[in-house]
Amino acid sequence: MKLVRPAALLISAALAVGGAGEAHAQKRGGILRSFLPDNPPSASIHEESTISVAMPFSALYNNLVFFDHTKKRDAFDTIIPELATSWKWSEDNTRLTFQLREGVKWHDGKPFTSADVKCTWDMLAGKTEAKLRKNPRKSWYRNLKEVTTNGPTEVTFVLGRPQPSLLMMLAGAFSPVYPCHVPAAQMRTKPIGTGPFKFVSFKQNEGIKLTRNPDYWKKGEPYLDGIEWTMIPSRSTAILAFVSGQVDLTYTNTLTAPLLRDVKQQSPDAVCAMEASNVQNTLVVNREVAPFDDPDIRRAMMLAIDRKAFVNSIFDGEAIIGGSMLPPPAGQWGMPAEKLSDVPGYGDDVEKARAEGRKLMEAHGYGPDKPLKVKVSTRNHPAYRDPAVLLIDHLKNVYIDGELDLLDTSVWYARMVRKEYQVGLNTSGIGIDDPDVNFYENFACGSERNYTRYCNPEMDKLFDQQSAMTDMKQRKELVWKIDKMLQMDGARPVIAHTRGGTCWHPYVKGVDIPINGIYNHWRFDDVWMDK
Amino acid sequence: MASYLIRRLLLMLLTLFGVSIIIFLLLRLVPGNIADILFDQAGMVDPSEKAAIVTELGLDRPLHEQYLQWIGDLMQGDLGTSYLSEKPALEEIAPRIPISARLAGLALLFSVVIGVPLGVLSAVRQNSMLDYVLRIVSLSGLSMPSFWLGLLVLMAALALFGNIPIYTSEPASFWQTVALYLVPAAVVGFRSSALIMRLTRSSMLEVLRQDYIRTARSKGAPESSVNFVHALRNAVVPVTTTIGVEAAFLIGGLIVTETVFNIPGVARFLVEAIRWRDYPIVQNLVMFIAVVVVTVNFLVDLLYMVLDPRIRYAE
Repeated sequence: MKLVRPAALLISAALAVGGAGEAHAQKRGGILRSFLPDNPPSASIHEESTISVAMPFSALYNNLVFFDHTKKRDAFDTIIPELATSWKWSEDNTRLTFQLREGVKWHDGKPFTSADVKCTWDMLAGKTEAKLRKNPRKSWYRNLKEVTTNGPTEVTFVLGRPQPSLLMMLAGAFSPVYPCHVPAAQMRTKPIGTGPFKFVSFKQNEGIKLTRNPDYWKKGEPYLDGIEWTMIPSRSTAILAFVSGQVDLTYTNTLTAPLLRDVKQQSPDAVCAMEASNVQNTLVVNREVAPFDDPDIRRAMMLAIDRKAFVNSIFDGEAIIGGSMLPPPAGQWGMPAEKLSDVPGYGDDVEKARAEGRKLMEAHGYGPDKPLKVKVSTRNHPAYRDPAVLLIDHLKNVYIDGELDLLDTSVWYARMVRKEYQVGLNTSGIGIDDPDVNFYENFACGSERNYTRYCNPEMDKLFDQQSAMTDMKQRKELVWKIDKMLQMDGARPVIAHTRGGTCWHPYVKGVDIPINGIYNHWRFDDVWMDK
Repeated sequence: MASYLIRRLLLMLLTLFGVSIIIFLLLRLVPGNIADILFDQAGMVDPSEKAAIVTELGLDRPLHEQYLQWIGDLMQGDLGTSYLSEKPALEEIAPRIPISARLAGLALLFSVVIGVPLGVLSAVRQNSMLDYVLRIVSLSGLSMPSFWLGLLVLMAALALFGNIPIYTSEPASFWQTVALYLVPAAVVGFRSSALIMRLTRSSMLEVLRQDYIRTARSKGAPESSVNFVHALRNAVVPVTTTIGVEAAFLIGGLIVTETVFNIPGVARFLVEAIRWRDYPIVQNLVMFIAVVVVTVNFLVDLLYMVLDPRIRYAE
């Protein structure tokens, strides 16, 4: 992959700023109404990891670069300029320099400059006095040595080694630029951005209101007067609100297949999309606790899983079987399921796999009269609980007698980090469909989100190797190899990649649901309402 | 009377003190704190970052220090700061009280206005077809889960009117407010009225058998006067207790109704605050509810004296 494409960048920049050809169709005005099922913990995107923060608050910010939401898939070739007008890699691909857009203002009127970029990433790296209360994506920037500025409109990210995926990370919803002059604490409650919408209010358990930024640097945008998010914790009430027209757009990925069918039945004109969310159900095993420190036992567990049963019974057919990277056609890095057919638990012959699993268990003294008793821990939430129940049923086939151990949300991750569990079922989202994001967050030694504390220095080297590759074809081959090794090793076996539905009324225009993630398309700058 | 009032006041203060200790300790016994929840939301745990939050919020101080700080601040009207929203707790709690109060008030009105007269009617027409019908209706009111009834009502509203009466924004006028609260209040009131109806009926039946009722009739008093002046006045004393208990429950117990109709009231907020281990919100809101309960109970006791002059609280 060529990392320098000046002509393409200039064209993209022109389209991003102008867009004059499209301007005539859009109507101005109106408040877009949507709902949130969960209370966002704060408005500070850098401190959070959930879609309940990214979806409502992305409209306040800009990144240096962003994914073109009119393209279905978030990928290298869909990255467009935002606060950066162009970018260029150095010859050795260790320095990424951005030319910044001039004349951009923060919502409080102060000018945006390169200093804001520097202090944002210095804060993420923990180099500033100002600290984030939580820093979930610290592992993304382990290769970032420093950020330097050259005047107010040029900034350079200096890396320890080449890392093409840095651009992908900077394009994700969780990488907005923060203002230097606003304390991190204020960004949690009264955020300031450069985005198409300004913050009005955030009432816990009630709603979020945003209003149009009249000084937005993209002339002519946004089209909406504002966006209002109402907290509606009851999914039934929320869907009734959508069908009755009190809500224009559902929360993303919130509709299961039966619910989506129900919505379409009651509101036939609604536009709906069911896409891969890049959220995975995974098995987590505490490798430091006997007998799960024995690879045979872990292998037996993997052989017990019938993934198709999960897809059909838990997800009503709306889930994808694959490795840790989202498989095609939705994902760009994952391998098709058939490539994993020789990995325990992925073959078509479930009975044969389970028979193999039983032999392994019998060799370790377990059997129908002497099963291995285990606690299967998970969060006390239907999205976790239901797959855990099915998992317990599957484990019975290899003489593992699981007892469901439901944990309150508040203790789930703490227990995992302290390794106070044996076996668990977890659900986690991958912010960007990129191997660096996935591997460094979930499998690298020492990452806070590596819940199982899987640590294989050889794998870490492979992560670094693929991360530095600029030839995408070769990189993909290595990513496949790594993914397969992770699955064979039972690092965090993926049971299924989920899909979810989003609906909106036909008068809402400009909403595009990506096919490989749920986080990155919520700027709302060119969304409009035809009513 | 004065000594009674003083005793009651002291008892109320003692009750509130007990409640404060219980809620304070119970919250700390429940696993996890705000730091745990915040990191759970972030999908990770960094021990040093978590420790910093715990220290910042004073959660690592000895329990008695935390308790005394809270009570001391409360005495001065300082409810502290919400751990989650980082706003003053009073600013978070205060706007929600009138919302729940409106819902509770309307629901109570429904339940009394419907429950008491129907209870009288059912008792007076005992074993008639009307009595049977009313008893069946009251049983259904008691047995239908309120979340189910609420959702049914919403679905019926959608089918009949193409709209549903849920709270999505602050109502702009008085009539909008009435429209918004009427339906959820009726749903809640249906259950409460069923309870009050049945209680009124059984209390009336007992009173209607008394000698003085027979005396009133033999003196030629109209039936309506017998039922509503002589009988109801005595029958309503135990019902008053129930109304008092219901009123206290309604102010903070309408979590299901508030969730189904999306009303941002006290109950829903309290449940969320518990989920987040937002101690300042939970502790102060529970204390507020406790104050309401003890006050309502006290007022009910005073009302007895009005309803039944024989009741006097001894010196």
